[in-house]
Amino acid sequence: MNAAAETDIRSAKVSFAPPNRAADAAFRFLTWLMAMMVVALVGLVGWKLFQGSRLSIQKFGLGFFVHSNWDPVNGDFGAAPFIFGTFVSSLLGLLMAMPLSLGTAIFLTELSPSWLRQPAITLIEMLAAVPSVILGLWGIFVMVPWLRDHPYHWLNSALGFLPLFQGPVYGVGILSAAVIIAIMIIPIITSISREVFRTVPQSQREAAFALGATRWEVTRLAVLRHSVRGIFGAGMLGLGRALGETMAVTMVIGNRPEISKSLFAPGYTLASAIANEFAEAASDLHSSALFELGLALLLVTIATNILAHLLIGAVGAPTRGQ
Amino acid sequence: MTAETTPESNRRWRETKSALVSAACWVCALIVMTPLALVLFHLLRLGASSLDWTFFTQLPKPVGETGGGMANAIVGSFVLVGLAAAIGVPIGVLGGIYLAEYGSGRVNFMVRFAADILNGTPSIVWGIVVYALVVIPMKGASAYAGGLALGFMMIPLIIRTTEEMLTLVPQSHREAALALGIPRWKFIVHIALKTARKGILTGVLLAAARVAGETAPLLFTTPGNHFWSRSLSEPIASLPVQIYVNAIGPYDEWHRQAWAGALVLLFMALAVNVGARLITGRNNPPAIH
Repeated sequence: MNAAAETDIRSAKVSFAPPNRAADAAFRFLTWLMAMMVVALVGLVGWKLFQGSRLSIQKFGLGFFVHSNWDPVNGDFGAAPFIFGTFVSSLLGLLMAMPLSLGTAIFLTELSPSWLRQPAITLIEMLAAVPSVILGLWGIFVMVPWLRDHPYHWLNSALGFLPLFQGPVYGVGILSAAVIIAIMIIPIITSISREVFRTVPQSQREAAFALGATRWEVTRLAVLRHSVRGIFGAGMLGLGRALGETMAVTMVIGNRPEISKSLFAPGYTLASAIANEFAEAASDLHSSALFELGLALLLVTIATNILAHLLIGAVGAPTRGQ
Repeated sequence: MTAETTPESNRRWRETKSALVSAACWVCALIVMTPLALVLFHLLRLGASSLDWTFFTQLPKPVGETGGGMANAIVGSFVLVGLAAAIGVPIGVLGGIYLAEYGSGRVNFMVRFAADILNGTPSIVWGIVVYALVVIPMKGASAYAGGLALGFMMIPLIIRTTEEMLTLVPQSHREAALALGIPRWKFIVHIALKTARKGILTGVLLAAARVAGETAPLLFTTPGNHFWSRSLSEPIASLPVQIYVNAIGPYDEWHRQAWAGALVLLFMALAVNVGARLITGRNNPPAIH
C-alpha cells in the first residue's frame, strides 16, 4: 500500500518534470542557427568579394588604390579617381549636412513648440523613406538644371578666381552629388543627434537657466558640450551612409573617372562605377577590378560604421527598450 | 570688453545672440524640409499627369510609341519583396528571438556586431555579392537572385527590431510562464511573440518598404524584363529598376513614365510608413536606420 503510493508519487513526479526538453532544445538550436547565419553572412560577403577581386589583386597589388588610370579597353585599372570622387563628394555632402542637421536637431529638442515637434519629426523621417532612385530622378530633372542656372552660375562668376569654381559648368558633377548626398544623410544625422540631445538630463538645462543663461547659452553649455561624442558619431554614421550611396549619386555625378580640382567637374564614385560598368564588364580583369572596388567600399564603410558606433557607444550593445 | 559695456547692454547682447541662433535653427529646419516638399511637389505635378489606368494595367510600349504602363514592374516589385520577406523574416525574427531570449554575452555581441556590419553594407555591394553567389552558378539573372539580395538586406533590420520588441515583454511574464511549467519555446511562441507582434510586424513592414525602393541590389541580379515573367527563374521587372532605366534613357516618353512610376513607388513607401505608425498606435515606430 505504502510502496504503491510511493511509486504513484514518483511517477507523478516524472510527469512534473519539464516536458519536452527535446522541443525546447530544438527550438533553441533553430534560433541559434539563424543568429549564426547572420554572422556567417558577413563572412560570405567578404569572401565572395575577395574571391571576385583576386585576379585584380594579383595583377595590380596595392598600387591599384593610387593608380589613376581606368582603361577597360587596354586592361589597365586604378581606383584613385573613384576613391577621390567618393571621398570628396561624401565629405562635402557631410559638410553641408552637419550644420543643417544640428540646427534642426536643436530646433526639435530645444526650440520647437510642442504642437509642431511631432509633425516635423514625421516629415524628416519621411524624407529618409524616399527611395534613392526617386531622389536621383528629381536630381537629374529638377535639382541639377536649377543648380546649374542659379547657384553654380553665381559661384562661377563670383568665386571663379578659386580653382574650385573654375571650368565648364555642366550641372552634373561632384558638387551636385554632394548636394544629393547631403539631402540623403540629413535625416539620419538629425535623428541620431536628436536622440543624443534627449539623453541630456532636463535638470542640467534647468540648472543653466537658473544661473541666468539665455536659451542659446543653455543649449551650448548644457546640451552641446554634453553631446560632442554623440554628434561626431552621428556624423560618422552619415558618412558611412554617404560613401555607399549609389543610385542618386550615379545619376547626378557625371560618371567620368577623372581627378579634377573643380567642384563643377564630373566625377565618379566607387559605387557608381560598379553600378554603371559591372553588367557590361569588358573582361574578367575588368569585372575583377570592379569587385575590388566593392571590397574597398565595404571595408571603408565598415571602418566608418565601427567608429560611429564606438562614438555613439552602441556597437554590439543591446538595443534600448523604449 | 569696451568701456561702455554695462551689465544691461551685455544682457541685451546675449539675448540678441540667443534670438539669432534660435532663428538660425528655425531656418535650418525649414531648409531640411524643403527638399521633401519639392520632391513631392514635382512628383505630383509631373507624375500625376502621366498616371492613368493604363499605367497599372499595361506593359511598357516599345521605343517610339506613346502610352503603355508599368504593370509588370509593379507586380514584379511585390513578387521581389515577397521573396525577400520569405528569406529575411524567418532569419531575422528567429535570430532576434535568440538575441532576446537565449543568447548571452559574447555570442550576442558577435551577432549584433555582424548585424551592424550587414546594415551598413552598401546596397550595390549586395548586388555584386549575390551576382557572384547566385547569378553566375545559375547562369543567368532571376527573380530568385533579386529576392535573395533584398532578403539579405532585410535581415539586419528585422533582427534588431525583433530583439528590441521582445526585450519590452515584461520579465514577470517570463517568471509566470516558468512558474506554470510552460516550456520555454511555448512561452516564446505563444506569449512573447504575441505580446510583441505589433512592434515586430511594424519592423517587418518598414524593412519591406525600405527594400522595395532599392535599385542597386537588383541591377545585376534581375535587371528588368519588358514582359511578364513566366517563372521566378527568369529576370523580373521592378519599379525602381524601371524608373532608373527610364530616367537615364533619352526619350521624353520614358521620362514621363519614370515620373509616374516614381509617384507610385513613393506613395507605396510612404503609405507603408504611415500604416506602420497606425499599427503600433504610437508616433515612434522602431527606428530603421
